Amino acid sequence: MTSIGTGYDLSASTYSPDGRIFQVEYANKAVENSGTAIGLRVKDGIVFAVEKLVHSKLLVPGANRRIMTVDRHVGLATAGFLADGRTIATRARDESAGYRQTYLTPPPLKTLADRLGLYVQAYTLYSSVRPFGISTILGSVDKDGPQLYVIEPSGVFFGYHGAAVGKGRQLAKTELEKIDLANISTRQAVKEAARIIYLVHDDAKEKEFELEMSWIGDESNGLHQPVPKDLFDEAEKAAKESLENFE
Amino acid sequence: MDHHPMNWGRPRNDMADPYGTYPIPQRPMNTQTFEDSVQHTQQPIVTGASVLAIKYANGVMLAADNLASYGSLARFKDVKRVIQVGSSTIVGASGDMSDFQYLQRELDELVIDEITHSDGHNLGAKEIHEYLSNLLYARRSKINPLWNSLLVGGCSPEGKRFLAYVDLLGTTYSASTLATGYGAYIAQPLLRKAVEGREDTLTEAEAVKILEDSLKVLYYRDARSLNKYQIAKVTAQGVEISDSKSQDTTWGFAEGIRGYGAQTQ
Amino acid sequence: MFRNTYDSDNTVFSPQGRLHQVEYALEAVKQGSAAVGLVSKTHAILLALKRSAGELASYQQKMFRIDDHVGIAIAGLTSDARVLSNFMRQQAMSSRMVFNRPVPVNRLVGAIADKAQVNTQEYGRRPYGVGFLVIGEDKSGPHLYEFSPSGNSYEYYAMSIGARSQSAKTYLEKHYEEFPDCSLDDLIRHGLHALRETLQQDKELNIKNTSIGIVGPASPNEKNAPATGAFRMLDGDAVDVFVQTMIPKDTADAPAPATAAAGDDGDVQMEG
Repeated sequence: MTSIGTGYDLSASTYSPDGRIFQVEYANKAVENSGTAIGLRVKDGIVFAVEKLVHSKLLVPGANRRIMTVDRHVGLATAGFLADGRTIATRARDESAGYRQTYLTPPPLKTLADRLGLYVQAYTLYSSVRPFGISTILGSVDKDGPQLYVIEPSGVFFGYHGAAVGKGRQLAKTELEKIDLANISTRQAVKEAARIIYLVHDDAKEKEFELEMSWIGDESNGLHQPVPKDLFDEAEKAAKESLENFE
Repeated sequence: MDHHPMNWGRPRNDMADPYGTYPIPQRPMNTQTFEDSVQHTQQPIVTGASVLAIKYANGVMLAADNLASYGSLARFKDVKRVIQVGSSTIVGASGDMSDFQYLQRELDELVIDEITHSDGHNLGAKEIHEYLSNLLYARRSKINPLWNSLLVGGCSPEGKRFLAYVDLLGTTYSASTLATGYGAYIAQPLLRKAVEGREDTLTEAEAVKILEDSLKVLYYRDARSLNKYQIAKVTAQGVEISDSKSQDTTWGFAEGIRGYGAQTQ
Repeated sequence: MFRNTYDSDNTVFSPQGRLHQVEYALEAVKQGSAAVGLVSKTHAILLALKRSAGELASYQQKMFRIDDHVGIAIAGLTSDARVLSNFMRQQAMSSRMVFNRPVPVNRLVGAIADKAQVNTQEYGRRPYGVGFLVIGEDKSGPHLYEFSPSGNSYEYYAMSIGARSQSAKTYLEKHYEEFPDCSLDDLIRHGLHALRETLQQDKELNIKNTSIGIVGPASPNEKNAPATGAFRMLDGDAVDVFVQTMIPKDTADAPAPATAAAGDDGDVQMEG
């Protein structure tokens, strides 16, 4: 059934007669309009890559980051309303710090994803708030190795080997499925990630974009850090070349 | 005389239950539970002794032994009293070791908070010292002090050195040589003599020698010290904290001196 | 004006995933007079156009000092701006108190952006109706940020907000590559030229309606500038010397005018 004009789509606290919550579905729409973000969970680490749409040439390149750090070993990339993404990141940091206070040890990513999922879900229950207009990719190398989760506006979260959210997610997922994620190195994953972001960017429809990448792995001492400049440049160059061959 | 059968064989309970409400205990009406007083820490329990620090040509060097005493008992001999905070700061602690462990957790949270901003801004030694002095002063103002004296050393990537003291009262001061605890009496004069006026020329080897000499004097003079210590340095390149080490000492002279070692009378 | 079902409440997404109340708040920013900001390697500056309610009224203040190293220019609801700038001052103060450190400018902007985000998600509030240009200097040099009611903040080489700011933006886009190496005086002149683009036809910049904010070493044309290069606001006679440096629009030396027509500011986009 259609949602518009029925009156069943005006609040997160209202079901439609067939049991849907349209406000949550609309929140997903906000995510779908945003630049693509992907996360790769590979043999020895995690790689994030984001297609950062540049709405003005007056923007300072490299500033205005969309990938954020939650804890030493935890990173996060969002697609959707960036301001909501910052709120989620702040919450994730608080949860992580809270876990450390209680247990004197860095939090496992699953615990963080779980707590963050509960937080997001709470914003789907009441008419006094709106759901978060973002999907969040959480990545970490914790005591059990590399971990990757996606939290959706509904509050549901799943673990992934490769995750994609935002405008180009369908194509990105198809590309991710072709990669032997469990057996490639973080270094290789950086190149794949760059290639996918360049591939999914729609030159015809979209504004300029800036590639943003970070990683967690042995080469970053288990810390969430931006991909080093030399590797970044190499991956970006290869991505541009592969695009020319592709077309 | 307390004749109640429940109290046979027990001490009198006048202090705990002055109104004799037993066997149904109740608090006197209109009385605040903690009316008499709220008491916080009255003394440190497990303690670390002196920390020494000096400025030298390349940066700041700091030394502390590995002992944590329980009263006069040498209780723990593998305690690390010097820590790295962030990328360009070292902190050495004397006083209560559990309070110091609490401080370490606070500082760790602070550093993670700084990391997560990932904007290129860092907390240097100056900032960390300011934070600690605010924290310690706030706690003492609640009459609930963190029972420590801390030395904070740092060196910026540009080579600007920082060395300052802060203690459980929130007192702060800065100098090119600093010492806490008994070291403030025993080592500080030695450090001043060796360092003052030579801060910009002392080599790393000379700095180590100055600190080790002072540690040795402390080991001879301070019964709460240990011949097992670490030396930490912070330079423009970053922080290095040594493994534990010790020095040769001779105690033959002690034989005939009252107050040292085993006495026959 | 048009109305739709999904625009009366900031806790309601439209079927397209948009937040109309937030988008309307962005419109409120455009009701305010324009402000322009520019950055060089050594300076960050603000220029703002002041309005007065009438002959007998003074001109409405457009710039606020936050700390020695930070200042803002506003467009939109002045009362909202005062609340937010007060908050910024507290944050700046707290950083100095707790860490003895001037607050990093990006964190200050992030703090108000996060505050603004809450007003886009919870019932019974409205989004702030004001946009800021924030300039400041910290360990990483001079910076310019834009803050908007959507809770977004971005760092720019140059930016303009407020009424007819698109015209100023067009000027800035044309010249921004020159800005990094500009002297302070040249940067201010560029700023004035950009600000001039936002004026209505018969108006011009003068000492009454123009404010200049500066962070960075003093210009020889400034009087009583702080030796530290701290933030200062120039008003009245102090701006005269700079207004005089402007090149009249219809002379041969005039900088290339903005080509785009003034007026429509284009689509409002909440995400970046």
